[in-house]
Amino acid sequence: MIVDVAIVAAKSVLVLVMVLNLAGMLGWVERKASALIQDRIGANRASILGFAGLGLINTMVADPVKFLTKEDFIPPQGDRFLHTLAPCMALFPALVTFAVIPFGDVLVLGDRVINLQIANLNVGILYVFAMASFGVYGIVIGAWASNNKFSLLGGVRGSAQMISYEVAMGLSVVGVLMVYGTLELQEIARGQGALIGEVLPQSLRFLKPAIGWLPAWGIFLQPLAFLLFFTAAIAETKRVPFDLPEGESELIAGYHVEYSGGKFLMFFAGEFAEIVTAAALTTTLFFGGWQVPYLMRDGFHFPWGTVWLLPQIAVVLMQVGAFALKVVFFCWLQILIRWSVPRFRYDQVMRLGWKMLLPLALVNVIITAIVIVAVQ
Amino acid sequence: MTPSLITFYALAGLLVISSLLVVFQRNVVHSAMALVAALCLIAIFFLTLHAPMVGVLQVLIYAGAIMVLFLFVIMFLNPAALEQRRVTWWSLGTIAALLLAGAFVAVMNGSEPTPDPIASTELFGSPEMLAKSLFTDFVLPFEIASVLLLVAIVGAVVLAKREH
Repeated sequence: MIVDVAIVAAKSVLVLVMVLNLAGMLGWVERKASALIQDRIGANRASILGFAGLGLINTMVADPVKFLTKEDFIPPQGDRFLHTLAPCMALFPALVTFAVIPFGDVLVLGDRVINLQIANLNVGILYVFAMASFGVYGIVIGAWASNNKFSLLGGVRGSAQMISYEVAMGLSVVGVLMVYGTLELQEIARGQGALIGEVLPQSLRFLKPAIGWLPAWGIFLQPLAFLLFFTAAIAETKRVPFDLPEGESELIAGYHVEYSGGKFLMFFAGEFAEIVTAAALTTTLFFGGWQVPYLMRDGFHFPWGTVWLLPQIAVVLMQVGAFALKVVFFCWLQILIRWSVPRFRYDQVMRLGWKMLLPLALVNVIITAIVIVAVQ
Repeated sequence: MTPSLITFYALAGLLVISSLLVVFQRNVVHSAMALVAALCLIAIFFLTLHAPMVGVLQVLIYAGAIMVLFLFVIMFLNPAALEQRRVTWWSLGTIAALLLAGAFVAVMNGSEPTPDPIASTELFGSPEMLAKSLFTDFVLPFEIASVLLLVAIVGAVVLAKREH
């Protein structure tokens, strides 16, 4: 009993620390990446007590210290309580979503089998959407409690945008759920361990020499769903090209214009935690999660027949490493997109969400259903 | 006191407090946030009753969608400037609350305290079970409800578009 609790606590702390650290590092990566893209040098002047030797680490330490020591200003006409609550509500959903994201298969220690996922809920992906829908409050409440018209406009834009794209995001995932036949993220990740050659129905066997060697990842079985999901996920993080709630050229900083110090840091960290969450979900649903191609529980089984046996601990380490690598890649991709494209107009954001993503997601669901019924 | 009973009383106490806050807060946005808290606590109740699906839907639909729209409307209309409290509403509300409390007492008097909830089967409260009963035993009410929602959406669009 106590050991079980300790294992869950250890997993939670591990995941939380990893996500927060990655979010913190992304803050630095974003500055350097934007500098790289715009042909600048970027943040390079953080000197702590006269020592500027370790560029990355110095900036990473200096940033939060600067935020935390700044004055925390609450607008006198604003709502003290809700103004303080809002940043917590912005950060909370992004962090708790990780409870259902699997970061490895199972770790066998003696007679104990540890599932490398904090909570194995049978509602799986629905929990993710429930938490995502909770994210709107941080923006709306923060915007309202600031008693500032720019904030309120940002909050209204943000809530409308997030609700709209949640619909498209939810529908885009339905195709994936149909293909793998489960809501549990761990099962979806396991289902992607097979090869396409193994899951091909009898009627499509002639395709086996051409594509049979590919792993049955979501990206190969549901390519359209991936594009829809990733677009909607970027919109949910409220970053360029979907940064209308912030819109610095129109709304100064939108919903967090009246925030400073530690509370602004929480909004900031929440945004980067959302990037990590979006990357982890994309990885889990479409890129095999923790799967390494051809790596089974006992080692590599290549489609041409070669088998490399590996000890269990090496397999687990490779799986966790593969998951981390994929997540970092998708974080990088999101930062790249953010600095490569201009902002949409608000009517374009709404049109893209409701008139393009939503119908395409519905079409994807219908086609997936027809194909599944036809080949069975 | 078993651990589950302690959890129950802690949750129930918080739920009563947040529900009272919904009624007694003068600030409408504070009331709405208290209602969100109450809805989330109810969702946790469902989790302790082995019904994670209903609990997640509670958060997803009520806290995540409906209350956000409520907040939206509240912020736009700024109801503090719209309405002052009227005595008639107070008295009507009190009568309704007393009637409801009487009904609760009547129901609770006749019932035994339930033992710790135990899931009857492995699949109890799972999405599979819920979906199966929705699409077999209750398929007609389910479809009627979805048509009703569709009518409401179409109606809203028509009303919004009429002026142009």
